[in-house]
Amino acid sequence: MAEILLSVVKIAVIVFGFVMLVASLMTLLGDRKQSAKIQNRIGPNQARFFGFSLAGIPHFLADGIKMILKENVTPAQSNKFLHTIAPGLVFVPALVGWAVVPFMDHYCTGTVQTLPQMNYTEVCVGGEWKNYFSIMHFNSGLLFAFAIAAVSVYGAAIAGWASNSKFSLLGGLRSSAQMISYEVSMGLSLAGVLMIYGTLNLNEMVRMQGNMFGDWLPMWGVVVQPLAFFLFFLAGLAETKRAPFDLPEDESVIVAGYITEYSSMKFAMMQLSEYAATVFIAALIAVIFLGGWQVPYVYADGIRFLDNHWVPFGEDAWYWISIFLRIGAMVFKILFLVWLQFMMRWTLPRFRYDQVMTLGWKILLPLSIANLFVTALVLAIL
Amino acid sequence: MGNVTVKNVDRIKQTLWEKSYIPEILRGLSVTTSHFFRNLNPNKEKRTIFTREYPEVITEYPERYRGLHRLMLRDDGQVRCVACMCCSTICPADCIHIEAGEHDDPTIEKYPTVFVIDELRCIVCGLCVEACPCDAIRMDSGRHIPPSLERDEAFFDRDLLMELGGLSEAKQGGQR
Repeated sequence: MAEILLSVVKIAVIVFGFVMLVASLMTLLGDRKQSAKIQNRIGPNQARFFGFSLAGIPHFLADGIKMILKENVTPAQSNKFLHTIAPGLVFVPALVGWAVVPFMDHYCTGTVQTLPQMNYTEVCVGGEWKNYFSIMHFNSGLLFAFAIAAVSVYGAAIAGWASNSKFSLLGGLRSSAQMISYEVSMGLSLAGVLMIYGTLNLNEMVRMQGNMFGDWLPMWGVVVQPLAFFLFFLAGLAETKRAPFDLPEDESVIVAGYITEYSSMKFAMMQLSEYAATVFIAALIAVIFLGGWQVPYVYADGIRFLDNHWVPFGEDAWYWISIFLRIGAMVFKILFLVWLQFMMRWTLPRFRYDQVMTLGWKILLPLSIANLFVTALVLAIL
Repeated sequence: MGNVTVKNVDRIKQTLWEKSYIPEILRGLSVTTSHFFRNLNPNKEKRTIFTREYPEVITEYPERYRGLHRLMLRDDGQVRCVACMCCSTICPADCIHIEAGEHDDPTIEKYPTVFVIDELRCIVCGLCVEACPCDAIRMDSGRHIPPSLERDEAFFDRDLLMELGGLSEAKQGGQR
């Protein structure tokens, strides 16, 4: 019973307290405010709470109310059933993937010791690891995340087909074609990382990234696999269907792609799931390449740098401080990557569709295979 | 004529540096990022935001801005206009309607009994001001022509236009 309750609390906090909050705030802060700042504008500031504009945040509440009050239009001769469930099919995978994202190491009921002689591995002495900071402890978490991320395209394709509109159909086709071409290089770019860390468990992966090269350089994914980081970031951008890869909803060519025929809250869900997918890709990049919850040189039993070891505020207090530092680091990394993705969106023009395909199949795929090959070679020699 | 000459323009070849996109993308990102952080500066003076927050902050118009018409006054507060019809004649939009009447004062030949400007038709060209021989009509009130819900509201008659008016520097009779 306590287990179930704990899971429910974790789901509520992570999915609704963090992901949905960030995703819905991003509709305003990321898209409208950030673009305004980049383009020397002010952006929305007219919706107010008791006379305070609060950086425009009331606008997203106003948008939500507007969306709810809009008429829900279903096009004639569309497949009503599929048209209705498609937003759900897009929305749910964007949230389910969070099950495996670790926000912090497992909680240790005993005392944590860091072993510098064993590459700074943390062990739990006199207690056991309790999984309090990720929804699910899953041995093949990475595969799960990938499977879920790939499923979300079915929603887009179904939405495109069920709308009975040419533009929607083209959008759906585009999104599935783009998905396939980027999923391949995404997976292959990660194969090198998997070879180095030797695990599919995301939390294990983050733990391994606390290891040090020569006592000072943290073994983050971006350090050991810089090319893979770059490839994964690009493929991730393409996978979330955001600019410069927002071909599925290329408004100058196919109106709004697969969401052309959606209105009211269905439209809002489609949009929101796109933002949630952005946050999810940011979390995956943070976990795999940027050390997840790791803060360099900060360990559960104090700060270790080279041969020095400090324990500020005493052992027990420091454990809690390190927990908060690490959760903060994870959240910060996710937010930074989301910010970076929005930055890319407002910097780069949209690709042409054949350029997207060329990039996916002719550039990213060979590069990721080369990366895999070189990594394997280096690992075999070492 | 006849022979069409073809001028070949060489394409600018992209170097490998540009073709790899990455440095160029980073350059673009650095531009947008610098704008982003500059406009987050807590000191609002240092931001480079060009938006005018119009209803809250009224923009100062330049001195020679052409706005709502006004009819200037004589020293004794009467309308300065002598109903010479120059303005209504030159008006390309045909928006000035004047009916002249005889003035009691023998030194003043005519005055407008009716002077109506249809501000919906006015194209704000300023020709009436140019045409006026006695500095009676001006467009320097510094106001917009106000929006109106009814057509009638856009007909500005003599008294309304005189409310905006003031004394002219020019003296009647051509002397300053």
